[in-house]
Amino acid sequence: MIIEIGYIGYFLLLLGLMNCLLLLTPKFVTGLNVSSNILLSASKLHFPILLISFICLIATFVGEDYSLDYVAKNSNSNLPLMYKISAAWAGHEGSMLLWCVVSSFWMFLASIFSGNLHKSLRINFLATMGILNLAFLLFVVATSNPFDRTMTVPIDGGDLNPLLQDFGLIVHPPMLYMGYVGLSVVFSFAIACCFESDFKKEWAQWIRPWILASWSFLTLGIALGSWWAYYELGWGGWWFWDPVENASFMPWLMSTALLHSVIATSEKGMFKSWTILLSIFTFSLSLLGTFLVRSGILISVHSFASDPTRGIFILFMLFALIGGGLIIYTMNSKKFIDDNEVTLFSKEGFFLLNNILLVTATFTILLGTMYPLFLDVLGLEKISVGVPYYNAVFIPLMIPLMLLVGYIPILLSRASKNAQLTQLGVILILSIILSLTFSVSSILFFIGIFSATWIIVNILYDVILSLDNRIKLKNRIGMYFAHFGLAIFILGASVSENNKIEKELVLNVGETKTIGLFDYKLEKLRELKSVNYDAIIASVLVSKNNQFITEINPEKRLYHSSESPMTEAGIHGRIERDLYVSLGNMVDDNKWSLRIYDKPFIRFIWIGTIFMVIGSIFSIRFKKKSL
Amino acid sequence: MKKRSVRIYYVSFLLVILGFVLFIFLKTFNDNLLYYRSPTQLINGNFPENYIFRIGGMVEEGSLVRVKGTKKVRFFVTDFDNKMLIKYDGILPDLFREGQGVVIRGHVEKDYFVAEEVLAKHDETYMPPEVQESLGISENSKNKTTESIQQ
Repeated sequence: MIIEIGYIGYFLLLLGLMNCLLLLTPKFVTGLNVSSNILLSASKLHFPILLISFICLIATFVGEDYSLDYVAKNSNSNLPLMYKISAAWAGHEGSMLLWCVVSSFWMFLASIFSGNLHKSLRINFLATMGILNLAFLLFVVATSNPFDRTMTVPIDGGDLNPLLQDFGLIVHPPMLYMGYVGLSVVFSFAIACCFESDFKKEWAQWIRPWILASWSFLTLGIALGSWWAYYELGWGGWWFWDPVENASFMPWLMSTALLHSVIATSEKGMFKSWTILLSIFTFSLSLLGTFLVRSGILISVHSFASDPTRGIFILFMLFALIGGGLIIYTMNSKKFIDDNEVTLFSKEGFFLLNNILLVTATFTILLGTMYPLFLDVLGLEKISVGVPYYNAVFIPLMIPLMLLVGYIPILLSRASKNAQLTQLGVILILSIILSLTFSVSSILFFIGIFSATWIIVNILYDVILSLDNRIKLKNRIGMYFAHFGLAIFILGASVSENNKIEKELVLNVGETKTIGLFDYKLEKLRELKSVNYDAIIASVLVSKNNQFITEINPEKRLYHSSESPMTEAGIHGRIERDLYVSLGNMVDDNKWSLRIYDKPFIRFIWIGTIFMVIGSIFSIRFKKKSL
Repeated sequence: MKKRSVRIYYVSFLLVILGFVLFIFLKTFNDNLLYYRSPTQLINGNFPENYIFRIGGMVEEGSLVRVKGTKKVRFFVTDFDNKMLIKYDGILPDLFREGQGVVIRGHVEKDYFVAEEVLAKHDETYMPPEVQESLGISENSKNKTTESIQQ
């Protein structure tokens, strides 16, 4: 019975391929004049087909069908049910199928909600999405089929990488993919716009909710990844400038630029050409990210035993889509004539600066990520780019951006010069007080705290000014939330980096050591046998001035099937402070090495991103009028 | 005439600023490149102390020594031609094992290498490409030497 499910899944994949071809027929074979009903229904049908196929894949995991190579490699019978299910997208093949499912879901939504677009625009838009879906699915079927059978059926499977046996990792990939692939909607729409005789600013208004939605997912996905790295990798860092992180951060920066420029396009008909180009770039970067991560040229938890044909396939797809997109854009770019000219001291002028800074930042990261790969491919040298480069280049670019973010409410409210000066004074005093409280040690962290206060105070001021103006508040509430979230994020990043204490030390059982404000006592160690791993659990008692505060239980696990050890950090998390303990090795009888970290306000980093996402969701407005 | 010369000043001023920013940018970039070396390259080459780079290879079987009661460890990293003594005062990653690949960031001191960061591979079948390559190079050279001996 269970054997057949694998075949059904595979059959559905092939059916999906056929469906994509069917979808493209009206456009490319019969021409536009023939009824476009086929295209519309095929673009809706694609999602259920792939979804059922994906459910089949999950069923083979739950049913332990080890005759499937992918299942045999990524799961075993001892795995808890939750991880058996999530293992379906933990490896390369399954995660690429998930990518296709997500892509078909976006096409489904695009097909349903595009009824108010006029016919040729809608058809070109959906046809472009169809081409993308075809390309993705072709990639899965040709190079990464999760339903491939193995010749020798093992009695039990291998194991899911213990690092991936975690709740964060169940949700992180789907979120990230929703973001990455959501940008394909934006890309397809931009391409479709290129084929129209002129560009209406209402179209920018139509696409904005899609940008906001993808951006929200992307933000959540990245934040989840960072949160996972923080508690699961056991090093207590939240961002490493690792190429894999950069791969997701570049499209994020670009789409942030895009969601600002599209406002100017939709409100004033400005930056039309630029918005289209940004849409193409943004999706290109998310494809590039996938290429980097999936082709196996990068080293990380994300790269799996790789097969060079996959890399070549994605690279080819990358060139075809980006190249094709850019050619279409260049051929049509003369059509996009702006309705208004930009002046520096206006909302649009600020958006322009915002875009320049964000795009420059993206390119500096691109250089750091791609240059080592370049040299490597040419066989010249093996290098990597150190973290200091990113900090030295990225942060200075972000400082003026933060000042702009804080200045926007003042600019919009057109406050008088005196009011502005008083406000600046208040902000300066506040940030100096804050800096003294957190004993800030460098100018950089002071700037961080200053920009956070600058943003928050200016937002509050503007909110108070416009309390009686409901419409204005309603229009700006999304921006307020998102920018407030950014300020919280900066505050968290600055204070946690400035005040963090990171110690690696050796403790005897029963010994106490003082680190920062707290005393840590390694009380005892005990053993635990779980279903698929054995663990040693330490109990570390934390106290302050002989007052007991908490017990932290870091673990060292040994997973049975892969025999790989894993460190599970113990975290005492409070909004104002994380105490983080992870277990090293036993260095002598009853003597252990430990990492003890004290990270004040680190949670603000993720709380800030949640606010950003809330803001972005508040900004989503649908355009009902027919276009 | 005057308007034009103002514009020339303006443009050249912008160019100078831009050039300066680009210079700073590329300098930072260049300063932060970490080069990768194999033990053989390390022994043949001459490296100044406090020059930070990365070295990779296999952890030699049976070479890991823990200094009792401290976090300090030392071990040999080998590319099967040459080996290098590594000293590290810290907690080794979970997946660090003898006979498997590692990449280490640090600097040379006297005749050993002081590690600041040790990265181990993520699963059993995986080997950092750098390590693979440097092992491949020495494998080739090994074959060559046997060939020349046979001749």
